[in-house]
Amino acid sequence: MKFFGLILAGVFRYPVRALLTLGSLFAAFFLFGVLQAVNTAFTAGVGIDGADRMITTGRYSIIDLMPVSHQARIAAVEGVSGVTHSTWFGGVYQDKSNFFAKFPVDPEGYFELYDEAIISEEAKTAFRNQRSGVLVTRDLAEKFDWTVGQRIPIIGDIWRTPDNEPWLFDLVGTFEWPRGSTNGPLMLINYNYFDEVRGDGARGLVGWFISRMDDPQVAEDTAASIDQVFLNSDNETKTATERDFQLSFARQLGNIGVIVSAILGAVFFTIVLLTANTMGQSVRERTSEFAVLKTLGFTNGGVLGLVLTESVLIALLGGGAGLLVAIALAPFVGQALAGVLPGFALTTESVLLGLGLTVLLGLGVGLLPSLRAMRLSIVDALGGR
Amino acid sequence: MDSLLAVVWMNLRSIPSRLGSSLVIVVGVAGVVGVLTALLSLAVGFSATMKGAGSDDRVLVLQNSSTTELTSGLSQEELDVISSAPGVARDSDGRPLVSAEVLVVADVPKQASDSTANLSVRGVGESGPILRDSFEIVEGRMFASGRAEMIAGRSVSGQFQNLAVGDVLKARNSDWEVVGIFSTGGDAFESEVWVDAPVAQSAFRRGNSYQSVRVQLEDAAAFDGYKQALDDDDRLRVDVFRESTYYQEQSSANTGLFTAFGVVVGAIMAFGAIFGALNTMYTAVSTRTVEIATLRALGFGSGAVIMSVMVEALVLALLGGVIGAAIAYVLFDGFTVSTLNNSTFSQVAFAFAVTPKLLAIGLILALGLGFIGGFLPALRAASLPVTDALRER
Repeated sequence: MKFFGLILAGVFRYPVRALLTLGSLFAAFFLFGVLQAVNTAFTAGVGIDGADRMITTGRYSIIDLMPVSHQARIAAVEGVSGVTHSTWFGGVYQDKSNFFAKFPVDPEGYFELYDEAIISEEAKTAFRNQRSGVLVTRDLAEKFDWTVGQRIPIIGDIWRTPDNEPWLFDLVGTFEWPRGSTNGPLMLINYNYFDEVRGDGARGLVGWFISRMDDPQVAEDTAASIDQVFLNSDNETKTATERDFQLSFARQLGNIGVIVSAILGAVFFTIVLLTANTMGQSVRERTSEFAVLKTLGFTNGGVLGLVLTESVLIALLGGGAGLLVAIALAPFVGQALAGVLPGFALTTESVLLGLGLTVLLGLGVGLLPSLRAMRLSIVDALGGR
Repeated sequence: MDSLLAVVWMNLRSIPSRLGSSLVIVVGVAGVVGVLTALLSLAVGFSATMKGAGSDDRVLVLQNSSTTELTSGLSQEELDVISSAPGVARDSDGRPLVSAEVLVVADVPKQASDSTANLSVRGVGESGPILRDSFEIVEGRMFASGRAEMIAGRSVSGQFQNLAVGDVLKARNSDWEVVGIFSTGGDAFESEVWVDAPVAQSAFRRGNSYQSVRVQLEDAAAFDGYKQALDDDDRLRVDVFRESTYYQEQSSANTGLFTAFGVVVGAIMAFGAIFGALNTMYTAVSTRTVEIATLRALGFGSGAVIMSVMVEALVLALLGGVIGAAIAYVLFDGFTVSTLNNSTFSQVAFAFAVTPKLLAIGLILALGLGFIGGFLPALRAASLPVTDALRER
């Protein structure tokens, strides 16, 4: 530690160059953070929720509806300890740019399956009791400046009222998802009201079922047992864990994800390579200074340590700042992208990986020049040969 | 002027002796330009594919307040009214050129992966192909009416499993035989599979309802009159879109996202690259301190010195820009990918399009980076006190 001042002086030996190098490293590792967050979104690896939940959809298409009577039959399957259902509502609030998901759900059963939702008992009760009631996530309420008691008109598209007028819902409460949840902004509609209003043609049809399995270890068997019940019926099903369901949805974005990751990866390594070159150069140019240090009695190992510490310090300073900014901005970007790229998040693992990379980079860049500095013959170096 | 050129030329010739640090500029700028061009070509390609599906003299009729075909529903009675309104073009037998279509989404395994993805299945009638420009069967034959046969769009047949001629695709209640591959000139319809509309109605339990109606107008100018006629008709509650407008709107969300992504990533990269370029040029100036001082001692003005440094930076950056643009072009132009189209809830396949305009943008950016990267170091070179500089080693 006593040489810290000396190391710091080395870092800022050429102030302009040091700042520029720090700037490049900052950009590279900021980009690294973004890349990791995008990757996380495509692999949906952060979902803390739904480890014991399964989703059952129509076998041949996600838009196929199933009779709500499936619910009781799924509940009877061995290994299943709770079932509820949900449906895609579509619909537009004011303008189609105001997109958010709206699900008609069973007010009794929904929060038993999604028990991680943070919601007051009053809100739950109000949702059960008021037929036209809806619950929204807090971020939605803030975005549209809704207050409890307010009437929210939604223009129907898939589901319409008999006279084709907008649906009128009353906001009865808000809820929140815990941090790290992959669930996004959401409006929950009372299924009983929805089913009554939407008309005879579709009565009793729902989009998908959510069930809880007793033992996630045997998820595949339980899923197969559920699908077995409906095999060769008019409404065959496809069941997967919630995680797999989300993953398959993320995969639908397709090789775009792979390409974007590949491009960002290439960028990151380009910048790092260039910066490494500059950093190496700055060490090379100070050969004579190292000769002076050795003349003063620094051991070979001492010089090696000095140079390595210096390059690691630069890498940590620049890369760390980039990662910090990425950490600070990630939640906001994630929120802005919630509609198109849910699950955009910078995980602790990614940050640690980034920090590890900065240290590796520092060591890698410093190693050759510092070995050179170590093996330096004092006389040659001072002579400028 | 000659002396100025001589200095610039001397400077450029000495680049090989500073190869390592000069490469930093070239590679850095190549990276920025390559990435920006690639990401923007994604947006351009997507937008072209979507817009190609629409024409000015055709109309798409949907149930009112349906934002997409998928959420719309129209009855046979409504279809009759839509077909008989004024302004509709007719074929040689006097029948209106109208195509009533069914659109559903099927869950189909994707090529080279275990996962499934959503595929648009469109039920069309006889006039379906007529209402698309440049529709042609490129392999196999058209489906026979009344049978569970399908033809697959050219760009999507490579993205999913079981979509080659002779394959059988399982869907609810029926097995569909793929009998042909069709092309519509590379637009969004090539991301769909087509089946006979009446067969689709029964297989997907749609009764005799349709999702959308496409109408060929007599000419593009007939649109306003046609729209007015449908709006005024009490038997209908429909929204009428010019087809070109509809597809442009449908593509705007994804295109906007791709563009924004390209610009953001490009900006971060450019930020990094400018630092790289500045670093390089400062190094170039500092290694040539004595040389520059000598020139100035000989009487060359600071203008010449500034010019020589700037030209070096610009040449290196332009070289990088050309390399980056070339890499983007070779690697990505025409490369087909597919992604989820938010408005149809299903896959749309499209190709990266590295257009001349994008290449130009890339090169201009390269010059801009070179200019910024060279300017400050050039000023420094010009302002070094000659006597101090000559003493440096």
